[in-house]
Amino acid sequence: MAEMDTSSSGGHKKGPGVKKGKKLSTRVDLTPMVDLGFLLITFFIFTTTMSQPTAMKLFLPKDADNPEDQNKAKESGVITLLLGKDNNVFYYEGQLAPDGSNFKSSTFKEIRTVLLDKKARTNEKDLVVVLKPSSESTYKNVVDILDEMTINVLKRYALVDISPVEEQLVKLSDAAGSASASN
Amino acid sequence: MGRAKLPRKSTNIDMTAMCDVAFLLLSFFILTTKFKPAEAIAVTTPNSVAAKVAPDKDIVLITIDKDGKVFITMDDEQKKEAVCTYLNTNLNLNMNVSAFKKAGFYGAPFSSMASFLSIPEEQRKGDKLPGIPVLDSTDNQMNTWMRAIKDAYLGSKMNLLVKGDNAAKFPSFKAVIDAFKKNDELKFQMITNPESVPAGTELWKKTMAGEKREE
Repeated sequence: MAEMDTSSSGGHKKGPGVKKGKKLSTRVDLTPMVDLGFLLITFFIFTTTMSQPTAMKLFLPKDADNPEDQNKAKESGVITLLLGKDNNVFYYEGQLAPDGSNFKSSTFKEIRTVLLDKKARTNEKDLVVVLKPSSESTYKNVVDILDEMTINVLKRYALVDISPVEEQLVKLSDAAGSASASN
Repeated sequence: MGRAKLPRKSTNIDMTAMCDVAFLLLSFFILTTKFKPAEAIAVTTPNSVAAKVAPDKDIVLITIDKDGKVFITMDDEQKKEAVCTYLNTNLNLNMNVSAFKKAGFYGAPFSSMASFLSIPEEQRKGDKLPGIPVLDSTDNQMNTWMRAIKDAYLGSKMNLLVKGDNAAKFPSFKAVIDAFKKNDELKFQMITNPESVPAGTELWKKTMAGEKREE
């Protein structure tokens, strides 16, 4: 190791007349090396990314051509979530009323209580969450809402195309929401 | 009379141990670090509670950037060749096979694939390229790509991945899913950043109880 020479001064007297050979220290100053080492460590600590990306699995249902082949869900157990612009979420239970009276607005923060409430009220076998992202919603919204399904342990959910009526309704509500926010 | 000698303590500290530790840590970080490859397509992925690490072998990665442009990445050279031959024979594209194999990703309409491949690799940047056209419902070219890829991966394992940007609009994602559905590829994974499970939720309670999560 770096510490080889321990007694550079005060060795044994070899007797009179014997000249002492000059002993050079073998000790190396390691300070610069340590400096360099720590510099590199800091560099690697800052550049490294420990967290690896994870993957969310999604299974798609096969498109059923005949309406008879499609899965039927009990109306009372269905909750439909519509994703709008600017992270808005809208929802209704069962069928959408023609006058839109059961069409409610929510946000990503509040949707969890809505879902849990619905889950507590319905039979587990009947509960189906239908997700309908509108064309204004973003990829993040879709992933977030799918994640919400995992977080709340909702086993049955489906990603469904939005109907033109609902699209229109979401668009109108989005506009109303942003108008009231700007006022 | 001899004077009492004061023991002289050296002010030198033995650096060896410290040096050892420093280099041990250094080697650890060098070995564990993985440099992010310079990405031609800038994408910020959303967060999710999914705990499974994304696969990095046998991947077919569909990237959707913030403007909704779609790109395809593959890692297996043989499969790339198969895809290229398939596209060349079925669509008469006359693409250069070796250039196709070398390319890191593909993002151009079929009509301009040849000129896309002639651009030097380092100048191929996602924000300047057109991407694969998907939004036109009559001509969703993703369908053809998926058919070619499916054909190439016939009988071997394929990890179908979707990596979307936070700001990407839903229609492009839907177009990609539709292309998957058309080709009976009903299983895919979405790349996300890990996130901790919010405390107090049902999943959190389950994890605390030591139940294994369904994948």
